[in-house]
Amino acid sequence: MTDSKITIAGVEYDSRLLVGTGKYKDMSETADAIVASGAEIVTFAVRRTNLGQNADEPSLLDVISPEKYTLLPNTAACYTADDAIRTCRLARELLDGHDLVKLEVLGDEKTLFPNVVETLKAAETLINDGFKVMVYTSDDPIIAKQLADMGCVAVMPLAAPIGSGLGIRNPHNIRMILEDATVPIIVDAGVGTASDAAIVMELGCDGVLMNTAIAAAQKPVLMASAMKKAVEAGREAFCAGRMPRKMYASASSPIDGTFF
Amino acid sequence: MNVHINGKLESLPTDCSISTLIEQMALEGKRIAVELNLDIVPKSEHLQTQLKEGDIVEIVHAIGGG
Repeated sequence: MTDSKITIAGVEYDSRLLVGTGKYKDMSETADAIVASGAEIVTFAVRRTNLGQNADEPSLLDVISPEKYTLLPNTAACYTADDAIRTCRLARELLDGHDLVKLEVLGDEKTLFPNVVETLKAAETLINDGFKVMVYTSDDPIIAKQLADMGCVAVMPLAAPIGSGLGIRNPHNIRMILEDATVPIIVDAGVGTASDAAIVMELGCDGVLMNTAIAAAQKPVLMASAMKKAVEAGREAFCAGRMPRKMYASASSPIDGTFF
Repeated sequence: MNVHINGKLESLPTDCSISTLIEQMALEGKRIAVELNLDIVPKSEHLQTQLKEGDIVEIVHAIGGG
């Protein structure tokens, strides 16, 4: 199996790592981490102008220019389909008609697990309204399939709660989602360190989206570089096809020709 | 007249358009999006869209998030 690029909503990307822009110390660290990650798709939040704006700092869209990156506005902090739909419409206006969005409709603040009922409602309305929807969801294979069938351009199951860094809690479900996949499957949330990202890719996922694992590292820019390598290594390992697991040893040096 | 802007009740002169409001908030030329009473107001309509008593305006921009 030779590797190919990842295609999302008809556009090809070299990088299978998608990154967020939250929790960084400042804009300069945000920019450096994104460059080190090699990501081409970058997600951000939409908020009131009187919040989150430091007058002496450049605005986020100057740092992640739409000319250079594929921008992915998200609906973080939305707990109802209506709020998520409003956010997406504002984002499309903000980006002059760009209609790729990351839909997430959350269930509660403690787990940040998706409310799948509201997510399905929002996805349907957004798709009918012409949006290309990349959707954050639970690791439930049935829901993942429904979201793909309804026309979402990528399905993004969580591996563990958002910002938890717990790693891949249920690789079996991710595998089941992959078996029936008709659109790219991108793990969104749960990765803590580089080996987690490699495991996601070794499972056969098309990509991985992360924010906290990079931004909350002691050295975010170095971690961004580590994640880039882990995603590439995991993908290559998946394409290479791993050796079968065996119960007992199998010598690597030949027995024939021993002189003792 | 009183208009809700980003969740706060503000007093504005009558005859205030979305464009005037954006200027007043020093947001001219910035990458923003405007919603008026739950509907998007496209950039091309900022100039001719007049605000009225009790309107609910949301003005948003991009910030860091994951």
